[in-house]
Amino acid sequence: MPDDLNWAIGGEAGDGIDSTGKIFAQALSRAGRHVYTSKDFASRIRGGYTAYKIRTSVDRVESVVDRLDILIALTERTIDENLDELHEGSVIIYDGERTTMQDVEIPEGMIGLDVPLKGLAEDAGGAIMRNVVALGVACEIANFPIENLDSALEKRFKDKGQAIVDNNCQAARLGQEYAAEEFDHEYGYDLETTDEDYVLLNGDEAIGMGAIAAGCRFYAGYPITPATDVMEYLTGRIDQFGGTVVQAEDELAAINLALGAARAGARSMTATSGPGIDLMTETFGLVATSETPLVICDVMRAGPSTGMPTKQEQGDLNMLVYGGHGEIDRMVVGPTSVSECYWKTVEAFNLAEKYQIPVFLVSDLSLAVTEQTFPPETFDMDEVEIERGNVVDEAEIDSWLDEQGRFQPHFPAADGISPRALPGTTDGAHMTTGLEHDANGRRTEDEEIRVEQVEKRKQKFETAKEREEWDYREFGDPDAETLVLSWGSNEGPMREALDFLAEDGIDVRFISVPYLLPRPDLSEEIAAAETTIVVECNANGQFADLIEHDVLKRVERINKFTGVRFKADELADKIRRLVEPQEVAQ
Amino acid sequence: MSSDIRFTDFKSDKQPTWCPGCGDFGTMNGMMKALAETGNDPDNTFVVAGIGCSGKIGTYMHSYALHGVHGRALPVGVGVKLANPDLEVMVAGGDGDGYSIGAGHFIHAVRRNVDMSYVVMDNRIYGLTKGQASPTSREDFETSTSPEGTHMSPVNPLALALASGASFVAQTFSSDSQRHTEVVKEAIEHDGFGLVNVYSPCVTFNDVDTYDYFRDAIVDVSETDHDPNNKDAARDLITDGSTEYVGVLYRDEDSVPYEQREGIEGNMAEIPDGAPEGAMDLVREFY
Repeated sequence: MPDDLNWAIGGEAGDGIDSTGKIFAQALSRAGRHVYTSKDFASRIRGGYTAYKIRTSVDRVESVVDRLDILIALTERTIDENLDELHEGSVIIYDGERTTMQDVEIPEGMIGLDVPLKGLAEDAGGAIMRNVVALGVACEIANFPIENLDSALEKRFKDKGQAIVDNNCQAARLGQEYAAEEFDHEYGYDLETTDEDYVLLNGDEAIGMGAIAAGCRFYAGYPITPATDVMEYLTGRIDQFGGTVVQAEDELAAINLALGAARAGARSMTATSGPGIDLMTETFGLVATSETPLVICDVMRAGPSTGMPTKQEQGDLNMLVYGGHGEIDRMVVGPTSVSECYWKTVEAFNLAEKYQIPVFLVSDLSLAVTEQTFPPETFDMDEVEIERGNVVDEAEIDSWLDEQGRFQPHFPAADGISPRALPGTTDGAHMTTGLEHDANGRRTEDEEIRVEQVEKRKQKFETAKEREEWDYREFGDPDAETLVLSWGSNEGPMREALDFLAEDGIDVRFISVPYLLPRPDLSEEIAAAETTIVVECNANGQFADLIEHDVLKRVERINKFTGVRFKADELADKIRRLVEPQEVAQ
Repeated sequence: MSSDIRFTDFKSDKQPTWCPGCGDFGTMNGMMKALAETGNDPDNTFVVAGIGCSGKIGTYMHSYALHGVHGRALPVGVGVKLANPDLEVMVAGGDGDGYSIGAGHFIHAVRRNVDMSYVVMDNRIYGLTKGQASPTSREDFETSTSPEGTHMSPVNPLALALASGASFVAQTFSSDSQRHTEVVKEAIEHDGFGLVNVYSPCVTFNDVDTYDYFRDAIVDVSETDHDPNNKDAARDLITDGSTEYVGVLYRDEDSVPYEQREGIEGNMAEIPDGAPEGAMDLVREFY
C-alpha cells in the first residue's frame, strides 16, 4: 500500500507533541484522507517520552501497524523507542543543533534529515514554532500539499489572531523549502488528496457528543485518565443545550449526583475509569433497585489499583457484569469503534429509560485516545431517536394509583416495566429506596412482596432481551472454519488483520460483540466453527469466560496485557499461529 | 394549589417506628410544617434521606423522595435540584450520615451552596446499630465500641460549615417545635444551602445528651443581641464550646445559589424526541 503512510512525532512531555500531532492529523483529514492516530506513553524508563502517531490512507484505516515511515524525533530516545517500527528507508527528521540531538546516530539504511528546526522557526517569528517547521518538512517528504497544513494551522491558531496563523504558515513553508533545497532523496511518497469532507474525533468526544444528541442534560464526574475528555468535551457544550457538568468531590458523589438528576427526570450520566468504578460500585445496587435510568461510563485503563493509568486494558468486564453486593440488574453495552462510541451512547440512554435500569457503557483507552476520521453523516443527528419509556403524565397517572390513591413506581407489571412519574407531576409523589420495597416504594421484608419485586426486576431484563436487538457486527468470511470473537477496541485491528490473513489464504469469520449484558446468543456460530478464538486485552480472558459459560464449550484465547493495544499485523500473526501451529513449529 | 396545603399532606400513612420519645418525631413535624408554610406541596418537593434512624424519615413523609446510600444523601439532593431547580429539595439525615461517612460530601455541598436545605438529626449517638459513638459524641462518652470514651474531639458541624463557606448556619432543638419550625422555614427560604443541625435526643442509647440536658444548656441567639449577618460573631459563638446555641447563627444576605451562578434554569427532564436543535454544529466542530 504505497499510499498508506505511518507518521509520528516524539519527544519529551511538554514538547507540544500532542498538539503538533493533532495539527498534522487535522491537515490530513482536511485533505480528504483517512486518519487513525495513537499515542505512546512509555513507562518503563524514567522521563516523559511521548509520541503521537498517525496512520493515514485514502481508504479507511482501523488500526496501527508495526511500521513507521516518517518520524520527527525531538529526542534521541524517540528513535530508540521506535526502532522496532522503523525500517529501511524510514525518514527521521531532527534538529542536529538541539543539545539532545547532537550525537544522534541514524540507524543504517534510514534517511536522517538534519534540519535547523529552531533556527528556521526563529526566522518565521519564534522558536516555539519549531515543530511546525518539522511539519513543513514532512509535507515535502510525503509530497503532501502544504495548503492543507495551512488550513489546520488556521483552525488551531485562529483564536490567537491572524499574525500567529501567518507566522505558523510561514514556519511550515521554511521547513518545506529547506527540505526541498537541501536534500534530494527519493522518498517515494505521494500523498493523494480527495474531495471528501471528514470529521476527526476520538472515542471520548464521540461519547460526549452522543450524550448531548441523546438528550443528556446532566453530567457529574471526577477527573480521571482516560475518561476526563468526556467531561472536558461536555463542559461548555452541554450548557448550550440547557444542561450542566458538575465536577464532584469524588466518584462516590459523582454517581449520586447523577442519580439525583436522573430521579428528577433528566437524562443523566457519569463517566470514569477503573478506580472510579470501584467507588461507584457502592451505588450500583441503589440505582438498580430504585429503578433509576442512569448511564455509567467506564473508559477502561490498565489495572488493578492505580495500575498503568495511560495504558490500554480491558480488565473491568467482570466488575461491570458482576460488581456490587447482592444481585444487581443491569445492562452492559460496549462500543467497538470510535463512531460506535457515539451510537452506543445514544442507545444506552434509551435502554436506561425504557427499562429503568443502570446501563454501563464500557469503552477503553484505545478508543478514548484514538482520533479517527469519519464522513460527517456517520453522526447524522436526524437518525437519533429518543425513547423515554413508561413516563406517565398527569392525564395518565390515575391508572397507576393504588386503592389508597398512592402512585406505584414499582408496580409489578407483566413485562416488569413500571410507570415513572417525574417529580412535579401532580399526584405522582412517591418515595423509593435501596431497601427492598413494595409497589409504592416503601420498605418491606414481606416474603411475597420481596419475591414479586425481584422477579419483576428480572422480568424487565427478560423483556428487554425479547424486545431489543442484541446483534453483533460481522466481518470476514461467514463460512470460515475459524471464528474470532472480540469486544471493544479490538474490532479495528482485527478488521485489518482479516486482510493480512486473507493474503495468506486464511479465511476467518470475525464477530465483534457490542453487547456484553445481555449479549447475543453465539451458540450456533460457535457450533458451526471448527475453532473459536476470543481476542481481548486482559490476562484472564474475562469475555472468553462469559462465552464459555454461555455455550458450555472451550474456546481458544488471545490475550494481550502489555498495556499496548493490538496491532493489525501482530494480531494476524497470533491468529495464524493458532490455526496453523505446524507451520510455526518448522 | 399550594395555599390549600396543610402540613399533614406531607405525612405518609406509615407509622414511624422510632422509639417513643425520640427527638426525630419533633424534627419531622417541624420539617413538614415548614414545607407547608413556605408554600410547597408534596408533588413539587423532593426529600432525600440518608441511612440510620433519621433516614427513615423519607418513609414517614409524603413527597417525591429517595432513601439512598449511607452518607451520600447530599450529592443526590444537589443532583435533583440542579436537574430541576423548580423543585423544593430537602435533605435529611443524622450525625453519622452527615458528619462521618458523608463528611466529605458535607463540606462540598456547603461550598457549592445550591438552594436547598439540610436538616441533620444530631443525637450524638448511633441509634439504629444500638448505641455506638458518633462523630459528635463527647470525648468521654462511653459506648459499646468506646468503653473508655472516644478519645477524639467531637466534630463541630457548624464550625465545619462556616469554615467551608456556608451561607446559612442554624441549630435547633427538636423539642421546641415552634422555634425549630421557624428556623427550618428560614433555611428553606434562604437563597442557598441552609444547614439546620437539630438537637434530636436519642432516648434509648444516649443518657448524656438528653432532653433535660439540652433544655438547661441551650441559649437561643434570637433572644440575645447576636447579629446573624456578622460572620465573626457567629464564629465566636460556634467555637466557644461552653454553650449549646440554637437559632440562626449565620446568614449571608448576599448569597447567590450555585445554580444561578452557573446559569442553570429550567427542567432538564424536558427534552425533544430527537437530537436537540443545533446538534449538527457539534459534528461540524470536528472538521
